[in-house]
Amino acid sequence: MERKTKIEIHNLTKAFYKKQGSVTALDDISFTIGDGEFVCLVGPSGCGKTTLLRILAGLEQPSIGVFTIANDGEERPLQSMVFQERGIIPWLTVEENVAFGLKMRHMPKKIVKERTTYYLKKTGLEKFSSLYPKELSGGMKQRVSIARAFANDPEILLMDEPFAALDEQNKFILQEELLSIWSETGKTVLFITHSIDEALLLSDRILLMSSQPGRIIEEIIVDMPRPRKMEDIREDPVMAGRFIDIWKHLQEEVQRSRREDE
Amino acid sequence: MKRDETAVRYESFEIEQREWKQRQTKERLKQMLTIASPLFLLLLWEFMSRTGMIDIRFFPPPSAIVNTFCGMISSGEMASHIGVSLYRIFVGFLAGVIPGIIVGLLMGLYSPIRHFVSPIVMALMPIPTLALLPIMIILFGIGDLSKVVTIAGSVFFPVVINTAAGVINIDSIYLDVAKNYGAGRVNFFLKIALPGAMPVMLEGIQMGQAIALLTIVAAEMMGATSGIGYLIWTSYKAFLLQEMYVGLILISFFGYLFSLLLRGIQKKILPWR
Repeated sequence: MERKTKIEIHNLTKAFYKKQGSVTALDDISFTIGDGEFVCLVGPSGCGKTTLLRILAGLEQPSIGVFTIANDGEERPLQSMVFQERGIIPWLTVEENVAFGLKMRHMPKKIVKERTTYYLKKTGLEKFSSLYPKELSGGMKQRVSIARAFANDPEILLMDEPFAALDEQNKFILQEELLSIWSETGKTVLFITHSIDEALLLSDRILLMSSQPGRIIEEIIVDMPRPRKMEDIREDPVMAGRFIDIWKHLQEEVQRSRREDE
Repeated sequence: MKRDETAVRYESFEIEQREWKQRQTKERLKQMLTIASPLFLLLLWEFMSRTGMIDIRFFPPPSAIVNTFCGMISSGEMASHIGVSLYRIFVGFLAGVIPGIIVGLLMGLYSPIRHFVSPIVMALMPIPTLALLPIMIILFGIGDLSKVVTIAGSVFFPVVINTAAGVINIDSIYLDVAKNYGAGRVNFFLKIALPGAMPVMLEGIQMGQAIALLTIVAAEMMGATSGIGYLIWTSYKAFLLQEMYVGLILISFFGYLFSLLLRGIQKKILPWR
């Protein structure tokens, strides 16, 4: 299963300078992600995973190091981000939100309409297309956010804990919907989460991060066949072992950083 | 068994219906109170004025004021005063709001401009434009222009400050979204900055409207030959208090009308709130 490299990150370091004590958020991070791979970045809060994603999203500059996202030569944007809960724009309707990326890139009207309609249908948002976000539930809002990213048809998708604010039931439903859209499009995804369950369900590979300084400390291949369901993950003894493994790693990390704080 | 169930269900609907009706009655009662309060005040005034509990020379009964009002309308004197004042308010309001929005947006969008302009705005804002009225009259005469400029000056400041604040306080996540999805300058302005600043900006415009009315009366009291403020002032000087009250009531009426109008516009252009 040799994949073409899609994302390549070289010695990426990000420090934040403040008058009272500077912080190294990311320390010498290097890894690659293959084309069409679904990778989850798991770590305790404050470990710099969001910073890493923001750098890839072009919202922040690294202090040192470079990254490349392979471009297939078509007129596609390099990346699109699915933001945490408040990421959809309240003064645009559901449809305008989904079409946002395409319109910003001045795509022809026909294509905008086509793709928007397609992903509205995919995410079950057709009926709500003319509503404003205030009228939607949290789950529906995140569907809009996901539809917007996929409609933009980027080289890679970046997701910043998109389901963190949802209740359990909604979370499972959206995770499965995401997997179904993803498997259809074959996009490369880098997904941030602090939920081990979520990472095991979604990813081909999990990267574990330590906190302060943020480093990749462990790589776990999740080779369970797809399509996966949460029940399968919970029943499978191998997966249960992995869960415990990751759990321990994270526990150690949290304990360590607490000791250092004291 | 089955019948019992439906009976219970039917009863529960009945109870709910009764409560719904009670709530409706209460709502209607509250509406009545809202209508009744000004009527009550007017009746009390009328009563106290007619029975001599308050001095009829200073507080003529509302019925007499209404009479005077009708007389002034039929003589055609009213329409010209109202027309002149509304014209000044309208032009002055626009002449304050439009530059206010433009300068406010520039301040919000470009921080060097904000840092340069805001001390000037902050320093000029506390000066009552009415205190400058004598200079305005010297510069622009006793016609419409001096009033228009004075109103524009008073309206400008709340609009500038609120527009700039509206842009600055847009949640940074929307700026991230715009950047991540590749919004250019024009799109950023039209799709993010302007609509995002709109709610706070409209609050500023609403404030500006109230200030415009306060200003017109005072401005027309000094060096004017027509308008509602002139009517109030000359009536007062001639001790025609009924005419003066007509002027005051007109101002109150237009103030209420304008704020209703602006609220309506606000609802129209902010359907997402």
